[in-house]
Amino acid sequence: MSSELVDKPSKIVNPPSIPPTTDTSAAPMIEVDHVDFYYGKSKALHSVNLNIAAKQVTAFIGPSGCGKSTLLRCFNRMNDLIEGTRIGTGEIRIQGVNIYDPTVDVISLRRQVGMVFQKSNPFPKSIYQNISYGLELQGVKDKKRLDEVVEKSLRGAALWDEVKDRLHSSALGLSGGQQQRLCIARAIAVEPAVILMDEPCSALDPIATSKVEELIQELKKDFTIVIVTHSMQQAGRCSDMTAFFYLGKLIEMDATQKIFTKPSQQQTEDYITGRFG
Amino acid sequence: MPTQNVSNMDATAQHIFMRPATAAMRSERVAFNVFRVATYAVLLAASIIFGVIFIKGADTIFQREFPFINVPFLVESPETLHVFDHEGQHHEMGDREFRKYMAAHENPTIAEETYVYSAGGIFPCIVGTLFLVVGSMTIALFVGISAAVFLNEYSRGGRVVELLRLAILNLAGVPSIVFGLFGFGLFVLFAPVFASAPDASHLYIPLGFGYLNFSGWGVSLISGWFTLAFMVLPVVITASEESLKAVPKGFREGSLALGATQWEAIRTNVLPYALPGILTSSILGIARVAGETAPIMFTAAYVVRDRLPWQVEHLLDVLFQGVMALPYHIYVVSSKIPQNMYTERVQFGTAFVFLGLVLAIALSSVILRNKLRARYRW
Repeated sequence: MSSELVDKPSKIVNPPSIPPTTDTSAAPMIEVDHVDFYYGKSKALHSVNLNIAAKQVTAFIGPSGCGKSTLLRCFNRMNDLIEGTRIGTGEIRIQGVNIYDPTVDVISLRRQVGMVFQKSNPFPKSIYQNISYGLELQGVKDKKRLDEVVEKSLRGAALWDEVKDRLHSSALGLSGGQQQRLCIARAIAVEPAVILMDEPCSALDPIATSKVEELIQELKKDFTIVIVTHSMQQAGRCSDMTAFFYLGKLIEMDATQKIFTKPSQQQTEDYITGRFG
Repeated sequence: MPTQNVSNMDATAQHIFMRPATAAMRSERVAFNVFRVATYAVLLAASIIFGVIFIKGADTIFQREFPFINVPFLVESPETLHVFDHEGQHHEMGDREFRKYMAAHENPTIAEETYVYSAGGIFPCIVGTLFLVVGSMTIALFVGISAAVFLNEYSRGGRVVELLRLAILNLAGVPSIVFGLFGFGLFVLFAPVFASAPDASHLYIPLGFGYLNFSGWGVSLISGWFTLAFMVLPVVITASEESLKAVPKGFREGSLALGATQWEAIRTNVLPYALPGILTSSILGIARVAGETAPIMFTAAYVVRDRLPWQVEHLLDVLFQGVMALPYHIYVVSSKIPQNMYTERVQFGTAFVFLGLVLAIALSSVILRNKLRARYRW
């Protein structure tokens, strides 16, 4: 059924045009410009073209293997760690800079583009050390400054009240949801411009999930957030823009409201209504 | 028969859970017994070895009167035993005591028998073995962990890395005597020494401010360290790699995503968690380093040496001196000197101390490991 739809010439053959952002006056935070991406010989992304607006939540949805995580991990070049990956044609620009340019320092890129992983990965250190780690990497030694940032980040991640009495006990004593919020606190401690979230709630129970989702709403005041999710309800609840990927192609990107009510592509509608994927 | 106890059940009684007397059941029983006997054989061998060494060694090490431990055996150097009769009394005494006795009695003419290394103690051997273990394990751990970090964290596979792994695997199979000869050739005879004047009898490289003479390090601690270190490197590298692999990928990714360089990520969020595992497996290496005789007999061990390793003129001389070592001492007193009623005491005493020392070193590594583990648990 879906292949039949793909063959509909007028809508699919041309890659979708760069979709509008809700705030068109500001320059986009991330511009993905006709990007091809390869794992060895296999092509994972086909000429993906999209813009991500600053201080908004953008959700990437689509079935497993559709390339949404791959694209996300391009934004902070985490894919560099995987052998044989490369970006083909196209550019990814963050704040106007092509991040795959040879002159780009990956370290400073990653300080600007933080990441929260699918499996919460707090370091087996104290809660305090988990937060201060990123700053210590930048050479911050001032104890007072570190204290401030730790408190501010934990408050920012809505975790302060739960952990303020045990900052120096192991982060591994926290519950799964607290651990994930700690990872978010750790990411915002270095004050990045963008926070990437790779299925941050897939291992959490519904209550922990709703806490993280509330947090995302708070965070978008200060940060640009890109979230990959398998849960369409989650995308619907907490994102401003939604991009639907299928088989390495961007099928459609639009305001979340519109994607979930009146998608322009049949495939998007099929996926959202649960007919495949 | 509900009222009857199972153990009282009639052997001829039939019930649905009867054990069948099939061929499979018979071979099952045979297999079980073969495995059991094989396991007990190991236990038996270990008990005999440890039992004999303990019982016979305890004769040398422990005594009935205060302080219950034969302190001279632990803190004195080996001496020649003099056995003689004088003024109607039978005497057995070590060299130093014998000289005093002779001086005190104005050098009487006596018929004496002497037995080398059968008196005194084994202090220089204990010290020498400790020096060898600490030095070689330091080198082996440094080189081994570095190599493992390179192989596991930095290298991206490929033919060269495959070749390296093959080399490491092969190194593990090299007999220790070959390491001994290799160390003798490379370190004792050929290793470079810095000097202010060229040594014309060897290859030398002028450096401008001095000369590098390839005259070898001689039979010395440093030659032994490197030889032993190379011997245990495969164990350390393999163990370190396994421990590094066991550290979750998320720790590395988490660090890198926060803007750590790869080395920062490894140093702060990989190595600390891998260390307990590395230490655990290196305990095996410690036992081997302490116990091997072949690698040190050409490179570091002296049959006898009166001066202790720290009794040197220059600090650097510590490195360039041979030492006595427990395994080599056992070898010498068991096969290089005439055997008699007095040598057994030294042999078993040394073996006893040797086992105790290896146990002590291993135990302290275990304690260190457990401390590290308690600090980093995930």
